[in-house]
Amino acid sequence: MAAVALAKERPRTVIPPSSPAHPAARRDIPPQPARVFRRPQPPEWFVTGVAWLAGLGAFVIAWTLVSKFGGRVPDPIAVGKAAAKIFADPFYSKGPNDQGIGWNVLSSLKRVGIGFGLAALVGIPLGFAVGRFRFLAGMAAPIIALLKPVSPLAWLPIGLLVFKAANPAAIYVIFVCSLWPMIVNTAVGVRQIPQDYLNVARVLNLSEWKVFTKILFPAVLPYMITGVRLSIGVAWLVIVAAEMLTGGVGIGFWVWDEWNNLKVEHIIIAIYTIGVVGLLLEQALVLLARRFTYES
Amino acid sequence: MNPERYLSVESVGMTFESKKGSFVALTGIDLAVRKGEFVTLIGHSGCGKTTLLNLVAGLIRPTGGAILLADKHVDGPGPDRGVVFQNHSLLPWLTCFENVYLAVERVFKEEKSSLKNRTHAALDLVGLSHAEHKYPHEISGGMKQRVGIARALAIEPKVLLLDEPFGALDALTRATLQDELMRIVATTGATVVMVTHDVDESVLLSDRVVMMTNGPAAYIGEVLDVNLPRPRERLVLAHDARFMELRAAVLEFLYEKQARHGKVGASLKVA
Repeated sequence: MAAVALAKERPRTVIPPSSPAHPAARRDIPPQPARVFRRPQPPEWFVTGVAWLAGLGAFVIAWTLVSKFGGRVPDPIAVGKAAAKIFADPFYSKGPNDQGIGWNVLSSLKRVGIGFGLAALVGIPLGFAVGRFRFLAGMAAPIIALLKPVSPLAWLPIGLLVFKAANPAAIYVIFVCSLWPMIVNTAVGVRQIPQDYLNVARVLNLSEWKVFTKILFPAVLPYMITGVRLSIGVAWLVIVAAEMLTGGVGIGFWVWDEWNNLKVEHIIIAIYTIGVVGLLLEQALVLLARRFTYES
Repeated sequence: MNPERYLSVESVGMTFESKKGSFVALTGIDLAVRKGEFVTLIGHSGCGKTTLLNLVAGLIRPTGGAILLADKHVDGPGPDRGVVFQNHSLLPWLTCFENVYLAVERVFKEEKSSLKNRTHAALDLVGLSHAEHKYPHEISGGMKQRVGIARALAIEPKVLLLDEPFGALDALTRATLQDELMRIVATTGATVVMVTHDVDESVLLSDRVVMMTNGPAAYIGEVLDVNLPRPRERLVLAHDARFMELRAAVLEFLYEKQARHGKVGASLKVA
């Protein structure tokens, strides 16, 4: 009885030895109950989940307060209702200026994809060259240092001037802003290749092709993926702004259009949609990076 | 070809040029290695033993003298020399098999099945057939170093160069690998030059211990013939008077004749 009462008072403070001690050891040392004064920990996923919910809850409460006292911001319920209507039919098309949110997101992604793909095509080989040859690195340094801090949108007028159309100009802006992270990260990746690996290549007298496919490329790949991640992140930020300026079909243009229609619910829905798509892109690339990162 | 000078290092000097001026690492190095001989280079750290090995490997070029391997001038790295690096240097994105295959494929112009057989044989020689398809991060440090040895031996080099191959391993693993290395060298009849800073290791493994003076401008101070019969048994040698004597000779060279003056200076400064 007493033991039961004690156990009830202080649960889990007395942990029985998990495996029997060696007989010889048991004779010398009397078995002592291990005293661990630590509360049982809930599993980590549970803590993370609760934290997530708490964060989101606090955010929704703050949002509700803002909509109550802050004038014309719609509250979460109104936005939820509007979202239900919009996502019920995301792929309708009533002419170029009135399309479902699905089409808008897809056309933005298409621009990002093309612009980014061209940037990778140019930036990765350039990055390899800049990383491998000191002179090229010296040549590239001032250009990159000068142009990297420029807002990609500043390039838009040049794009419009050269291409004389909105869509290629937007793609070109994406190209420009994706280019720098691709070059810089690939070059850093090339420069950090351990000398040991290059020594292996030298003592085995590997051909240039083998050196590239078996050593340079796999060693640089994680860095390249980081470059891709940064590029895509920036591109997704920039496309919204570029589309606001150029028009057409796209999530950025849609935001601007709904602002002109004064449908604030739709703007908030667009903000969340942009956020979710960006998050998915980022996570996909993080997974990809993990797949191609090797411990030595 | 003179079998006494299979590998021949002839009055080699090495001077590194840097911004601070020139640094003489090695001077007047003369060394001849017989075919099938096991030679260790020993000396305090910074004495240039690894530099000497890199010169033989062809990773760096001597600023004076010449190196000949089987009467051929060593002029850059090549597959006639198999190198085992201190930190295994396996490519982490290739399996053990692929790491060895990369070397085999480069050296032998044969059919694929024959190349694969060579790779299997090399891994079998170091006792790693069961781990062929594991990646380097999935195996222990000792196993990685075995793969490194397999890679170096698979190309059937004229000479095997080992740069402190067991330096990063714990004492027990190191002992196992030393025994393995002795067995492998006995089976293949390989000519070996090995850099070490472990006195017991140098006496246990080699036919000759080449002792180097402290740098800068290091040279070969003494050469010790280890005329212990093979195969050698670690436990038997532990009580062998001849082994003790040889070991004492190396220790004497390192800690009396070539005591680190730097350390003495440091302690004087404290006083």
